[in-house]
Amino acid sequence: MTDPKTLSPLDLETPEKPFLDANELVINMGPQHPATHGVLRVILRLDGEKVLGLECVIGYLHRGVEKIAENRTYTMFNPYVDRMDYVAAVSNGLGYCEAVEKLLSVEAPPRAQYIRVILTELNRMASHQLWLGTHALDIGAITPLFYTFRDREEILKIFEKYCGARLTTHAFRIGGLQYEAYDGFEDDVKKFCKFVKPKIDEYEELLTTNRIWLERTKNVGTISAKDAIALGVTGPVLRASGVKWDLRIAQPYANYKNFEFDIPTGQNGDTYDRYIVRMMEMRQSLRIIEQAVEGIPEGPIMAKVPKVIKPPVGEVYHSIEAPKGELGYFIVSDGSTQPYRVRVRPPSFVNLQALDLMCRGQLVADVIAVIGTLDIVLGEVDR
Amino acid sequence: MIAKLKREYGSGIEPLTHLGQNYMVVDRSLIPELLQRLRDEEEFDYCVDVTAVHYPKREKQFDVIWVLYSFARNERIRVKTQIAEGESLPSSVPLWTTTNWLEREVYDMFGIKFDGHPDLKRILLPDGWKGFPLRKDYDILQQDNEWVQINLGIESGQ
Repeated sequence: MTDPKTLSPLDLETPEKPFLDANELVINMGPQHPATHGVLRVILRLDGEKVLGLECVIGYLHRGVEKIAENRTYTMFNPYVDRMDYVAAVSNGLGYCEAVEKLLSVEAPPRAQYIRVILTELNRMASHQLWLGTHALDIGAITPLFYTFRDREEILKIFEKYCGARLTTHAFRIGGLQYEAYDGFEDDVKKFCKFVKPKIDEYEELLTTNRIWLERTKNVGTISAKDAIALGVTGPVLRASGVKWDLRIAQPYANYKNFEFDIPTGQNGDTYDRYIVRMMEMRQSLRIIEQAVEGIPEGPIMAKVPKVIKPPVGEVYHSIEAPKGELGYFIVSDGSTQPYRVRVRPPSFVNLQALDLMCRGQLVADVIAVIGTLDIVLGEVDR
Repeated sequence: MIAKLKREYGSGIEPLTHLGQNYMVVDRSLIPELLQRLRDEEEFDYCVDVTAVHYPKREKQFDVIWVLYSFARNERIRVKTQIAEGESLPSSVPLWTTTNWLEREVYDMFGIKFDGHPDLKRILLPDGWKGFPLRKDYDILQQDNEWVQINLGIESGQ
């Protein structure tokens, strides 16, 4: 039998080879499957229960976001970005607003920057909590789901109080913020930090040393740093493979350079390490929030931006560290009120490409674990 | 680095900076060699994105853009080239595995072919779809009605 790791990625459809040998089986998983976190279809090629290779079929949620952008003004397109990674809408908005601000050569005032950082980091926590709950559920641990959703609710309440929406928040505007922080915003955030700190320990108590969890995640879906870089994988998945790289530090945007925090990394690049990295990231996010909420300066929340946004001719690529990895916007302006081209570089889309490599030689049940650990959102994969 | 490349390739490369971001406009014929050099000699080991822009009024209708990043230098660069309708580009999958899906998306949306790509087929749209939606002459309401009728059993997608 051939070693699955040596198969070329596309052997599934090589015509000169017999499609299957007698022991092999091709089965279809999804697109309607609760464990694929959305409408993802995976074609698995199996030998017994061992995965020899797989192919992802995506596009079920394709809405043509990039085409829509070309037919909307810069301001009108802003809410659309929330619908890509809908569990981290605030991060999407931050990336887009900053990219357009760069085109306009304006910068959001410091007060807006601080509030932006607080909301973005809260959103990173919410995204990681949702990931943890669903990932653990996929593997068979039901309790963490209730715990994380209970605590995520507190973040969503803050969002709701701030801007009226819980998920697709449209929290930021080009040039700053539309809404001033409500009365008691700082207290709410501080109270939340105090509330959630012991809760993260609680999640860890449930899982970190749990024998079933260890069996299901250690040495599952391993990816080396070299492979991860070649595959363009970013975010916690890359960091768990031992690459200490975070855009918030490597190429600081917003005002992240004002805050002190660490980049957690793993060594083995397996599912367990990715779990640990994300747990540590939640704590680092809390650290940032705590520093930011203490230092919110007074001042305006909106830079001097014209009513009609008409960036000068030019193009810009701006990327941020979204909860899933590098989220980039490439915007081409022709000097009119509508962008000539908006390209979104979605972290989930690129990370999903690594699924094939990570699953080879693993069992079918591990495919579920690996889809979970990649933390993809299909709304962003398909756009 | 850019100065060195400019010296070597002369008029084939035009290095530019806009809003503090470096990019270079490169002649189509230099692309394979240049991308290889950027990866091997200049340590641009991470290909962030491959994308395209359509300019229907130009003679060479498409801009194709590679966004590259180097971990060692902590530096980003964009490589940009112009190609005409029907012209293809060499695939960079042998250089960066990640470009597999990215090139498929460019093909899906613009119809630009990449030679040597291991599996160039549509990725976001269904396999039998006709037309390339991100071209400027493709209307926002336009759909492949034939596909919609056959596969969804409805008159039109609108």
